[in-house]
Amino acid sequence: MKCQFCSNPATVHLTDIVDSHKKELHLCQSCAEQHQLVTKQELNLPAILQNLIGQHLGPQTDELARLTCPACGIKYMEFRAQGRLGCPHDYVVFRSGLAPLLQRIHRANHHVGKFPQHSVLAPEQQAELVELRHRLQSAIDREAYEEAARLRDLLRRKGCHG
Amino acid sequence: MNLDSLTHTSGEWLRGSGPESDIVISSRIRLARNLAAFPFTNRASTGQKAEIEALLRERIAKLELEPKLSYLSIPTLSSLDRQLLVERQLISRELAAAEGPRGVALGPQETVSIMVNEEDHLRLQVMRSGYSLDEAWQEIDRVDDLLEQRVTYAFSEEFGYLTACPTNVGTGMRASVMLHLPALEYTKQIEKVFRALQKINLAVRGLYGEGSRASGHFFQISNQVTLGKSETGILNEIKSVIPQIITYERQARQSWKRDNRQGLQDKIARAYGTLCSATMMTSEETMELLSFVRLGINLHLIEDLTIPTVNELFIHTQPAHLQKLKGTTLDGEERNAVRASYLRQRLREAGAHPN
Repeated sequence: MKCQFCSNPATVHLTDIVDSHKKELHLCQSCAEQHQLVTKQELNLPAILQNLIGQHLGPQTDELARLTCPACGIKYMEFRAQGRLGCPHDYVVFRSGLAPLLQRIHRANHHVGKFPQHSVLAPEQQAELVELRHRLQSAIDREAYEEAARLRDLLRRKGCHG
Repeated sequence: MNLDSLTHTSGEWLRGSGPESDIVISSRIRLARNLAAFPFTNRASTGQKAEIEALLRERIAKLELEPKLSYLSIPTLSSLDRQLLVERQLISRELAAAEGPRGVALGPQETVSIMVNEEDHLRLQVMRSGYSLDEAWQEIDRVDDLLEQRVTYAFSEEFGYLTACPTNVGTGMRASVMLHLPALEYTKQIEKVFRALQKINLAVRGLYGEGSRASGHFFQISNQVTLGKSETGILNEIKSVIPQIITYERQARQSWKRDNRQGLQDKIARAYGTLCSATMMTSEETMELLSFVRLGINLHLIEDLTIPTVNELFIHTQPAHLQKLKGTTLDGEERNAVRASYLRQRLREAGAHPN
């Protein structure tokens, strides 16, 4: 069998199932190293996964696959695996992946219907507040109590009443 | 709120009244809402969930609703009490089984319930007996407006109300109608109805929602699409098919009665007779038999029982209700014996004389 990249004999064979589709990669040692799938004789699993997913979903999604929401910390691929988003800001960060998905599910991509009559936060505000909360939580987890107090104070000053 | 008091009634959705209540059991609308400034429940830490719960609990208590809602913290409830709330459709199985701070605010009539920290921070629910989608919408719309004055929802002009799962985004609304369709199922016409519904994007589910079997010939019909249609648009789609299904079911009942009256009478009498005399009864069999008894009452083939009584038996013979009524936990075998004896006793009191 030949390497999929350079046609040298393939010595690295990878198989993965993505969304119930079987995906195979056959590479020679040097291409596998060049694509960082194998480093120092060891398999680099995250890189392999990324490569397979990229191959499966196309180049645009390959880019998507690297996205992480700065507000809540969820990765696009985590969302795809779990089917649940992490925070309201994900609708902004993962927009290019979500729009076609929403079109498939709902055969529409724009809200028609009720609007809140009172306060609506701008997308940046929603993101900022979720991010502050995310940082607050990690400060608490790290037992960085001074930082936590500062962030809590900041959240309060942002007038965040939920 | 004393949960034990719930077991003495059948709850709003089984009251057995309201428009078209011979076929439509209940109408229900749910709205998914989230707070703008927090991660969604699945991504929130225990501390954040506690913060969300405390905040929402306080805001819900201030709502100008009469009568006031009572708040129940799910982790403090026994598993039996949680199951009781699931059987009464006041909370979802997911909320009962989840972890961390979460709860539900309930009205005494059980028409309004607000789940906190389900898949979304807020799941509002309004239930009505019979075919009353418009009334249910008016009420839930009002509760939603009142809540929105006190909390900031996650919302975008483009995608509407933002939800943890993209299948709920937009209106966040799931409207459903629960139908009793024994004749359509028995005459095997139900599949045709389902196929027609799926074509127009309406979902058909069993009594207890997603993944549950359609026991007792109960079917829930609900919208799947939440984005790109207004709330009234979604309701109109459901309303455009329900009267037709009701007509089909009535026609199927009448032609069954006309073409095979003896067979139908026998089926109903056997169901009634079994309920009055069996000594072991599973929950599944109870649903099936009560379903035929319910049909018998609606067709005036059984005269000494009423729909509210049968509806009450439907709910009281569910596992958690039965154990609550008995005041003790029972394993499967014991439950089947207690269920059969409870049915015999209730039907005797109701003056049952199967013939």
